[in-house]
Amino acid sequence: MQSIFGDRKTVLILLGPALLLYTLLKVVPVLWSFGLSFFEGNTLRGFTWVGVDNFVTFLGDDAALQSVWVSVIFSIAATVGQVTLGYLLALLYVFVLRRGSAVVRTVVFFPAILPTVAVALLFKSFVAVGDNQGPVNDLINFFGGESVEVLATTYGTMLTAIVMTLWSSMGFYAVLLYAGLLDIPEDVVESARIDGATGFRLVRHIIVPLSLPILLSSIIFSFNSTLKVFDSLLALNGGGPGTSTAPLTLYMYRTSFEYAEYGYGSTIALVLTLLCLVFTLAVFRSTRRKAED
Amino acid sequence: MALDISTPPAAVAPSAPTAQPPRTSSARSRGAKRLLRRIPVWIIVAALMVVVLYPQVWMVLGSFKTQSEFLSNPALSLPETWRFDNYVTALTNGNVGRNYLNSVLVTIPSVILIVFLGVAAGYALEVMIWKGQRGTLLYILAGIMVPGQMILVPLFILYFRAGITNSLLPLIITYTVMGLPLTTFLMASYFRAVPREIFEAATMDGSSPLRNFFAIGVPMMRNAILTIGLVQFFSVWNDLLIALTFTTRPDLATIQVGLLSLSDEYGSTQYGPLFAAVSINIVVLLIVFLALNKKIMAGMAGGAVKG
Repeated sequence: MQSIFGDRKTVLILLGPALLLYTLLKVVPVLWSFGLSFFEGNTLRGFTWVGVDNFVTFLGDDAALQSVWVSVIFSIAATVGQVTLGYLLALLYVFVLRRGSAVVRTVVFFPAILPTVAVALLFKSFVAVGDNQGPVNDLINFFGGESVEVLATTYGTMLTAIVMTLWSSMGFYAVLLYAGLLDIPEDVVESARIDGATGFRLVRHIIVPLSLPILLSSIIFSFNSTLKVFDSLLALNGGGPGTSTAPLTLYMYRTSFEYAEYGYGSTIALVLTLLCLVFTLAVFRSTRRKAED
Repeated sequence: MALDISTPPAAVAPSAPTAQPPRTSSARSRGAKRLLRRIPVWIIVAALMVVVLYPQVWMVLGSFKTQSEFLSNPALSLPETWRFDNYVTALTNGNVGRNYLNSVLVTIPSVILIVFLGVAAGYALEVMIWKGQRGTLLYILAGIMVPGQMILVPLFILYFRAGITNSLLPLIITYTVMGLPLTTFLMASYFRAVPREIFEAATMDGSSPLRNFFAIGVPMMRNAILTIGLVQFFSVWNDLLIALTFTTRPDLATIQVGLLSLSDEYGSTQYGPLFAAVSINIVVLLIVFLALNKKIMAGMAGGAVKG
């Protein structure tokens, strides 16, 4: 029987194509890109070895540091927002709406599958001023305020990007965390209730600790996807005004493909990869410390 | 092992007991009090629905309005007549029709390739027994962590040398490679739940190892394949980064790239055609979502937790 499951030819036929494709077009390019980050130039000009010069340049490059800042701020704000809102919604589904939550769950989830470009254009029109003024400024006018050109400022653009991210992703995080909350045994919650824990205290001391694993997964997943933010800030305002809201991904894209600096572009991509790694490890470590307390 | 969110929360205490004890006045007032206590809940739910639905409805309604109508009565007024002019403009004047076709031509082959290669690899990694299978699974798993930016420059050079930059092939190949690690990993974990005896019994009946995969493995995974296929469909359809990188000519642009250039073109002057192009996206995805929402929600949540 063992020989049937150990048939080498079958393994090769089934796994071979995927493994080959993955190795040639993912693993090799990752190593290649890593190597390129020590070079300068592109395919037309040729490449010259510059050692760690690209990394030194990066540390003194204001545009690069600004883009790291944009990515990190966006990521932290979006993660805090979407996990908090998602958790509150999940609590609403499980403990308040109970069986009746299916419709609400589904409706709130829907924006998560919309293309980020479409959502960004929607919000861009939503806060627009001038000839095509959007409802946000209509509302401000209604209360007697002057129209605000939200996307003319760095602050306004970031705020709009974060709000639209929360709008489109809170339903997704709610479903993710909802599944985790359902796994909490009812008798634990019930006995805590009998011991007099209600409302906020019940959530704080019983529900949150018991749903910590899924909460942790959500936070890591959220950091990893929001650090790679690209579509929303590009489609919303082109990384503008100027390049003040261009995240690391957009700076990498422009450096590599608009200015054809393949070497420096690869360096930026490496920094992005390291940033994702650092955030994941940081979340892991901080929770381990909390568990030890 | 998908998170089955379609099942009602069994662990949750049943709301309002249906069989009330004999009705007394105190029981009735308690019922009224309970109803009163639900009012804040309904206000919260109503506010939530408005926040979620209003922007979408606003956009779809706007796509039917003329420019002057848009300016004179904004907000949530219905269009005076339901005109499809904007849709015609968007589809004929711009490249939007071509963009949607490109998106379909890229997404369908990519998703089929991802799912087919992923199911086969997952089977080989989980059902088959061979030396180094754990190591190979970890090797593939590592690919989930690496951001797409890390492979764009080398792939660009590679596609350029291969001379395929004038086609949709770079997109199809890149999406397949990007989606493969997570799909393989998820399929392996689905196969883990299948008892090995099923394959053993088939072998007794004279089935070959490869036939086992096609005749038993694949049909058994029909549900998982649909779920993963849907998740991959959305991630490919909605992608901008890869599409933008490998789009060398406007007529090769997918709909997301097309929307971006349409917004530059019409952005501040004319809303109608842009709204129409975005609305097609919303409405098509809404139809898919209405039909398959349970699978989509379970699939996306499952992928996130494991990935």
